Amino acid sequence: MQWDWSAVADFMPRFWDGVLVTLQALVLGSLIAFALGLVWAIAQRSALKAVRWPVTVITEFVRNTPLLVQLFFLYFVLPEWNITFSALTTGIIGLGLHYSTYTAEVYRAGIDGVPVGQWEACTALNMPRGRTWTAVVLPQAIRRVVPALGNYVIAMLKDSPMIATIGALELLGQARQFSAVTFQPTEPITVVGIAFILIAYPASLLMRALERRLVR
Amino acid sequence: MTDLTTGLWGLLFQGVWVTIQLTVLGAALGAFVAFVVGVARTNRLWIVRFLSGLYMEIFRGTSALVLMFWVFFVLPVAFGWQLVPMWAAVLSLGLTYGAYGSEIVRGALASVPPAQREAGIALNFTPWQRLRKIVLPQAWPGMIPPANNLLIELLKGTALVSVLGVGDIAFGASLVRNALGDSAPVYTIILVMYFVIAFVLTRGMRALERQAKANLGQAPERSRLFGKGRPAAATSTGGK
Repeated sequence: MQWDWSAVADFMPRFWDGVLVTLQALVLGSLIAFALGLVWAIAQRSALKAVRWPVTVITEFVRNTPLLVQLFFLYFVLPEWNITFSALTTGIIGLGLHYSTYTAEVYRAGIDGVPVGQWEACTALNMPRGRTWTAVVLPQAIRRVVPALGNYVIAMLKDSPMIATIGALELLGQARQFSAVTFQPTEPITVVGIAFILIAYPASLLMRALERRLVR
Repeated sequence: MTDLTTGLWGLLFQGVWVTIQLTVLGAALGAFVAFVVGVARTNRLWIVRFLSGLYMEIFRGTSALVLMFWVFFVLPVAFGWQLVPMWAAVLSLGLTYGAYGSEIVRGALASVPPAQREAGIALNFTPWQRLRKIVLPQAWPGMIPPANNLLIELLKGTALVSVLGVGDIAFGASLVRNALGDSAPVYTIILVMYFVIAFVLTRGMRALERQAKANLGQAPERSRLFGKGRPAAATSTGGK
């Protein structure tokens, strides 16, 4: 096997550009996933069947179909309906939407974990519905699920190279472009693969530590 | 919807067949890897535990798509191993999802009460007999719900191979898209196709779980359409 350190050095500027785009996709995608997941989770507890049912169908459908195809759908179909986003924006929306169906499940478990007595206490204190959620239920529920949410952020990191397929230049996209120019695929792809391990492994250790601390 | 000719539908259904092959073969390799690595992580020797742990962290730590690119583009150049695309795809899927599965196997093995293992030692069972006759049968039902989730992840992961030119559903869809110049119908159709396959897989795993629990004299729990497997309630009524 040949390993060319100068190719690694040449790749480095592109590598850091890719890291920036990957992190950008990860942070914005996580924000969408956290917010939208909470919406799904609360909607699934709605008293109205007309709200509960469609939300369940949508989340199950999105969770059980490939992110890659969803990205293609967003990237190719939305412009046909005259909604045009850049590749990166489409990727962020796709990642956020896909993972929101996972975080919804996480929030659901967290909300189910809040003892019934807490709900009853709110009723006894005549608290309005909104305040019950924001002041009593969610603070307790979310504290418990922080590590699980973190694990999905790590999973999202590992799925983020998929947005390279619709043309966003994150880590893998940069590696592909570099190897297309130089005909040296070995170094950039290996570097990117190792970079993922170097980010994901400490992050997963951190989540395990958080789990011990927060989940009692 | 009506624009799709028989030939174009044919492309999609060829893709369905390739996706099913990839899922089945990937799951077979993944299950093998998961059991070997998962059992190795409970080994007495620290070096075996360390190496299996290292394998798991490396393959779980990196991205499946990056690994696939590596197998497709780096292996041939750097090592001179050119694999048939189909097998390269199965290899990278199986190795990645096997690493995730090893954690399921390890967790399920650890959840078997230690007294069971001790009873095996007291009866002078060899380690292999203990594993095969005592620990695995009891750990098995607990593995199925998380394995189902992983199987769905694997099914979704097979779509990645289309990027590398293996003719699965997503690849068929890109051909059809080029032929039609219209994306909405074909991508809607294939999303539904994936959903149907996932649904069938989930039903199959549900049946497997019921059977495995019945073999141990446990009642199955009821769950939703796809619902995540939840830990069995302590009060489940046995053998009804």
